[in-house]
Order: sequence, then structure tokens, then C-alpha cells
Amino acid sequence: MQPVGAVVPLRVDIAEKTFRSAQGVSITALQDLSFEVRQGEFACLLGPSGCGKTTTLRILLGLDKDFSGSFQLPEGGSNRIAAVFQEPILLPWRTVEQNVRLALPKGLRTKNLDGLFDTLGLAGMRSLYPAELSLGLARRAALARAFANEPAVLLLDEPFASLDERTAERLRHLLLTVWSARPTTALMVTHNLREALMLSDRIIVLAQRPAHVLGMFDVRLPRHYRNPQVMSDLLRSFHQKFPGVV
Amino acid sequence: MSAPDPGDRPPGAAAETASQSRLTTALTPVLTVAVSLLGLCLLWGFAANAWPGRAFPGPGQVWQVLRAEAANGDLFYHLGATLGRVAAAYVVAMVVGSVIGVLLGSHRSADRFFSPWLILFLNIPALVVIVLAYIWFGLNEAAAIGAVAVNKIPNVVVTMREGARALDPSYAEMAAVYRFGLLDRVRHVLLPQLQPYLAAASRSGIALIWKIVLVVELLGRSNGVGFQIYLYFQLFDVAAILAYTLAFVAVMLVIELLLVQPGERHATRWRRRPA
Ligand SMILES: Nc1ncnc2c1ncn2[C@@H]1O[C@H](COP(=O)(O)OP(=O)(O)OP(=O)(O)O)[C@@H](O)[C@H]1O
Ligand SMILES: [Mg+2]
Repeated sequence: MQPVGAVVPLRVDIAEKTFRSAQGVSITALQDLSFEVRQGEFACLLGPSGCGKTTTLRILLGLDKDFSGSFQLPEGGSNRIAAVFQEPILLPWRTVEQNVRLALPKGLRTKNLDGLFDTLGLAGMRSLYPAELSLGLARRAALARAFANEPAVLLLDEPFASLDERTAERLRHLLLTVWSARPTTALMVTHNLREALMLSDRIIVLAQRPAHVLGMFDVRLPRHYRNPQVMSDLLRSFHQKFPGVV
Repeated sequence: MSAPDPGDRPPGAAAETASQSRLTTALTPVLTVAVSLLGLCLLWGFAANAWPGRAFPGPGQVWQVLRAEAANGDLFYHLGATLGRVAAAYVVAMVVGSVIGVLLGSHRSADRFFSPWLILFLNIPALVVIVLAYIWFGLNEAAAIGAVAVNKIPNVVVTMREGARALDPSYAEMAAVYRFGLLDRVRHVLLPQLQPYLAAASRSGIALIWKIVLVVELLGRSNGVGFQIYLYFQLFDVAAILAYTLAFVAVMLVIELLLVQPGERHATRWRRRPA
């Protein structure tokens, strides 16, 4: 029993999630998947493509209720949840700024967003429509929408997929900058090990479908110490601990 | 007149010519329409001269009647009455039809159950609905407007059902995650996606509705363009019939040009236009 008002970390305990197709074929995507993310921690869900990472996030976001098991999201304070999806999913008929503001609760609608837009390099693009943005810029707008919400937990689904490596790298740094300004319990899905090592406090390694946890890999080093030398050491020790993964 | 040599033009002349040619391109369609309509009038005038008679008045006579009716205020009174009914029936049909269409488009079992009803209503002749409405609900304004709306609703339902089937679920999911309120969902997520379907339903809607409104007026109202046409039919006054018809067609075209088209341009301003 948690004391009243205590902030509960993200706790996932999914017994099973099975998809049944119209033809009667059933695919078990998740089985006995359980892990925790501690308060204020940035965790990565790392697993091979198609293992069930997006499925897990969709369950946590409440978009898929057809599963057995349970999960618990942080309570108290702002109990809002924000997501950056695999696609940016901006409303094409609203400007960048309108997209961000519409996603805010009524009390925050008029808040000052100058700092956030500046940090993300979107200051000059607030009045553009999503069709006028490159994919990289659209992804930044999706990040702005998530962070403007000041959520209790942040879920990210491969937010840098299908970008060229340089753009992805810049966006990773931007993500770190906005996240450091207000460290939020975050769970990010990726199948890029380097990305996971660079961004996270701990990596939750998933097995092939049906997804379950193979093990944890903690990265205790502060992020600004993770230079190329350290990164290659981290990579080596990861491969020692999880041979054959990624 | 010979074109001046581009070599000895003063600076700035090029820009002037460009703006002039832009004006010409903007005016050409208007000019074409004007000439085309003038041609039709002339043809009508010649035909009326060739077969003179009370049953086939020329454009001059129709114009005279139009001016007389406008001067004594009758024209505007009856146009206004009809326009009011068109607007009311349009709003009722669009709102009711859209709600039903979106519900059917997003609930498959309901759609399967109600589809036969829809097909039935689509095939009931307008006249039957109007007559029944007057019998059941009396010769009153509500029955008249309701009858017109009921004639249009099945069409709106079919169009909006298509629109609802084409909705992108990822926007709805984003709205759910960020806890959009009901009003925001309708205004910022649902309606913009349905906009092309709403526009299609509106266009065909206005055209259908104003024709049915005339029938409703003819059968059971004591004002409106339909009533006037019936009156002049009994008096065998073709000039007056044509005067009212042309006045009403003109009003509907103006509405299309001044209301519908700018409205659509505003609603689709976010689409990337070819430069
Ligand atoms: N709606 C669905 N119906 C049936 N099967 C599905 C559905 N959604 C996902 N699956 C299946 O569940 C498994 C996990 O899918 P999921 O999208 O979670 O993978 P993922 O780990 O996010 O992959 P990726 O890294 O490619 O995004 C896949 O095998 C997929 O085919
Ligand atoms: Mg995925």
C-alpha cells in the first residue's frame, strides 16, 4: 500500500495480449511482460521489430483494452500522459501552434510556449501547417506537443524512425535538452541500441514475440559523460550481457 | 497597333504589363460567361419574335414583369419566403443527415440493420413525402420544411456515411491520449476530416432542396416562389412565371458564388496548393 499522495512509478504486469484476425488466426504479441520504470527515470524498451513494443505502448495509453493483466501509471500531481507516436500524427488542418495548444488541458491552453518552441527550433514555424513541414520538423512539433503538456509520464514510440542519421542525432539531443529541463518518467520504444544507450537510465530488453523481458541494462553514468569512447565500452558490456540481441 | 519593341521599354513597364495580363486572365472567364448569357438572351429574343404569343414572351417582356414585381415588393416578399424555407430545410437536413450518417459509418452492425431503411427512403418520391407530411401534420410551415428535409436526409446520410468510413483512426487515438473534450473532437478532429463530404452533400443538397421547396409551396403554402408560379400558371401568365424563375435562379447562383465557394476555400486553406 502506497502512502497517500506518493508518486507511484510506472508498473506494467501484462499476462497476455493476443490478436485474433478475422480469418481466425491468432497471434500472441505479449506474454508475461512485467517491468517497472522508476520516478523520473528515462527507460527504453529495446526489442526486435515486430516483437510487440507498439502493442505495449498502446495498452499503456488506454487505446487497447483487450488484454489480460494490469498496469499502473503514476498518480498524484499531473496525472496526464503524453505520447509521441511512431508517426507524428499532427492535425493537418491546424497550424503547428494550434496542434500543440489543442492537446493542452484547458488550464494550460494560453501558457507561454516561447521557450519550448525556441529550444526545439520551431520558433519561426508556429503558424505553418503540418504539410509544410519536413518529417524532422513534424517530429519536433510532436515532441513540443508532448512536453508542453507537462505530463506525469511520457511514452515515445520510435520518435526518430525513418529520419536520416544526422537529423535523428540532432533530435536526440533536442529531446535530451527538453527532457532535462523537466525530467519526467519516460518510456521510449526503440530498436536502436546506440540510441537507447545514449538516452536512457535503464534499458528493458525484450525477447522476440511474444514479448517478455529478457533482462535490464542499467546505464548509471550521467549523460554528459557518454562520449564516443564510453559509448563503445557500454556497447561492449551490453553485448556481453545480452549476446545475440540486436 | 504594333507591339512596342521590348528593348526601348522604360523600367517598370514589364511589371505593369504583367499585372495587366493577370487582370485579363482574371476577367476572361467572367467575360466568357457574360457573352454566353447574352447569346442565350439574343437567341431567346429571336425565337420569341419568330413565334410571338402569350405563351412565349421575349426577354423584354419578362424584364418588364420583373421590374414591376420588384417595384411593388412582391418579388422580394416571395423570394424571401422561399429562401427562408430553403435555408431551414438545408440546416435540418445537413444536421440530421450528418449525425445519422456518421453514426452508421462508425457502427457496422447498426449500418447493416438500417441500410434497408435507407434504401427505402432514398426511393420514396418527393411528392409522396410532401403529400403525407401535409396530411399527417397539417398545412403548416413545420410540415413543409420537414417534408423537404426528409427528402434530402437520405442523400446526406449516404454521403456522410462514406465520410465516416474514411475517418483516420489515428487522429481519434491522438485525441483520446491528449484527452480532447467532446466539442474539440467534433470541431478539430471530426469536422475537418468530413469537410469534403460535407461540401459534396451541401452542393447537391442546395440544388435538390430549392427545387423541392417550390413543389411544397405549390401544394400547401400561400407565399413563396412556388406559390406565385402556381398562381401565374392558373392565370396562364408565362412572363411572370419566367420572371420568378430567373430571379430565383439568380439568387441561388449568387449564394453559390458568395457563400459556398469562399466557405470551401476557407475550409481547405491548409491543403498545400500548387505554387
Ligand atoms: N491490429 C493487429 N492485428 C493483428 N496483429 C497485430 C495487430 N497489431 C499488431 N499485430 C501483431 O503483433 C505483433 C507486434 O506488433 P507491434 O506493432 O507491437 O510490433 P513492434 O515491436 O512495435 O514492431 P516495430 O518495431 O516494427 O514497430 C506483430 O507481429 C504484429 O503483426
Ligand atoms: Mg512499433
